[in-house]
Amino acid sequence: MDPIFVFEQLLNGLGFGLMLFLLAAGLTLVFGIMDTMNLAHGSLYMAGAYVAARVHEASGSFVGAVLVAVAATVLVAFVLELLIVKRLYARDHLAQVIATFGVILIADDAVKAIWGPSPVMATTPAALAGPVQLLPELPYPAYRLVLLAVGLLVAVGLYVLVNHTRVGMLVRAGASNRKMAEFMGVRVGRVFSFVFALGAALAALAGALMGPISAVQIGMGEAILIPALVVIVIGGIGSVRGAFVAALLVGLVDTAGRAFLPPLLRSVLPPALAADLGPAFAGIAMYVLMAAVLILKPAGLFPARA
Amino acid sequence: MSDELHSAAIPSSGGVARWLPWALLVALALLPVVGAQLGLDYYVGFVRRMLIVMIAATSLNFILGYGGMAALGHAGFIGVGAYTVVALVDAGVSSAWTAWGAAVLVSGAFAALIGAVSLRTRGVYFLMITLAFAQMLYYLAVSLSAYGGDDGYGLYSPLELGAGRTTGDAALFFWVVLAIAALVFSFASRAAVSRFGHALTGIRDNETRMEALGYPVYRLKLAAFTGAGALAGLAGALLASHNNFVSPSTMHWTESATLLVMVVLGGLGRRWGAVLGVAVWLVLSEVLKLYTEYWHWPLGLMLIAVVFAAPRGLAGLFDDRSSA
Repeated sequence: MDPIFVFEQLLNGLGFGLMLFLLAAGLTLVFGIMDTMNLAHGSLYMAGAYVAARVHEASGSFVGAVLVAVAATVLVAFVLELLIVKRLYARDHLAQVIATFGVILIADDAVKAIWGPSPVMATTPAALAGPVQLLPELPYPAYRLVLLAVGLLVAVGLYVLVNHTRVGMLVRAGASNRKMAEFMGVRVGRVFSFVFALGAALAALAGALMGPISAVQIGMGEAILIPALVVIVIGGIGSVRGAFVAALLVGLVDTAGRAFLPPLLRSVLPPALAADLGPAFAGIAMYVLMAAVLILKPAGLFPARA
Repeated sequence: MSDELHSAAIPSSGGVARWLPWALLVALALLPVVGAQLGLDYYVGFVRRMLIVMIAATSLNFILGYGGMAALGHAGFIGVGAYTVVALVDAGVSSAWTAWGAAVLVSGAFAALIGAVSLRTRGVYFLMITLAFAQMLYYLAVSLSAYGGDDGYGLYSPLELGAGRTTGDAALFFWVVLAIAALVFSFASRAAVSRFGHALTGIRDNETRMEALGYPVYRLKLAAFTGAGALAGLAGALLASHNNFVSPSTMHWTESATLLVMVVLGGLGRRWGAVLGVAVWLVLSEVLKLYTEYWHWPLGLMLIAVVFAAPRGLAGLFDDRSSA
């Protein structure tokens, strides 16, 4: 196989993985600290994508659009937490699943009412529309490089925040043993509100950045939610480090599956069968990865709770 | 606690509780005749679909409500049942009973395999692994280009029910579905209060204790999971004949989530919970669709309201009234 092609797919996989990480980081902390399953996290991602696409179109400034999208989504998340999620902490996972599924239904209709039922075109910022010559043989879209850079930057920022600041210490304390942290005087409720808003900001950032290279449409939140959940389960619920490793793994496995499996199958199987099985295996790859990890390590790669 | 309240409430409402199911059954049985007179054929079809979804929801209520197994992949088994019918029809089978029977067996086998792996995990991990398997089945269906792949597969000729009649006979097919749904419902109701059902409830409430008492916990859960998968497959097979069409979207994860939502809405682990939940959810969707294209958000609002105001589901509301 062409090494240039492999390298290109590797970069694509890393980019997808980093975006998944932005989503999964918030999800895993919310889950880890308050033991709360928030299916509506994907709706926050959708909100970010829509607001960014529309503001970008209206104002012409991509950076401005991303900032507005993040701010608007954090505002929505603040209301969501105050009205609904806060009251779900003490309930079981099933009640959380049902209530936040209700939020998804409301969010999808709200988006439809505001921006219409058809997909919205999100344009790549003009300055980043062209390719960059990474290697003599390898032109790579400049926008995707920016995506990689932003993703890495946020990951490093989050690492510093969680591991080297006071807030981060409280977050880790809450995630590893909430009751104990409460006894020690940590106001876990406040830490959680902060984490929920942070998670929403990251989800909106991911949505805004993914907009130009994916479809901005109703239901995009539900589609990305499942890979994000797969990531936090593989990584170990509550662990940001685990989410990072798992997100890159899932991003790479998914992209590699789509890029390499079909040609590989074509070389060993009859063409008709290969054409059938290729997309199926590619779609299944990340779930097989999750099943394998859970069989070997039932609490994920980096269990947050001792 | 709530069970004590429940049984205490029975004497006062005993009469109603005894004849209401039969009255309901008679009313439903008369529906195709009355419907044909009044030209309400569409609604007869709607009720038929509702009865089929009730079969699937009842099976989920059994493992989730009594067994405490929060599976988020039940639509996968519905899909397996539907695609079994497709495969057999494609191979030339024309008997409804053969196709439906095979669907039960095949989806039961899938459920046994998936359950054997999934039941080694607990809680959220169980939720996620059942979801993962359903997603695998979904992508498998998408890849089956012989059966239409993403576009789905049309079942153009109705299946034979015997004596020269087919599922194309709307009233007869309705009665067949009604009979199957009634059987499944009474079977599930009996199983819930059998030794097996009580053991399952015990496992839900305290698995370690049941293990210590010598119950084969894993095998009991697997048996319940397999049975529920087989019944979901039956619902899928009936749904295939009802729609005359099968597509992978039957297995999308939001379908599994909706089924879960309907069961919790009605009342988890309650005899009438699944039936009530399906009826309320589908009727409301149908009515809302008539009036507005924005018919999702009232349902979402209702779910949030139920979670906060009626944590035991709609069936639980009736207890409160009769015990007050």
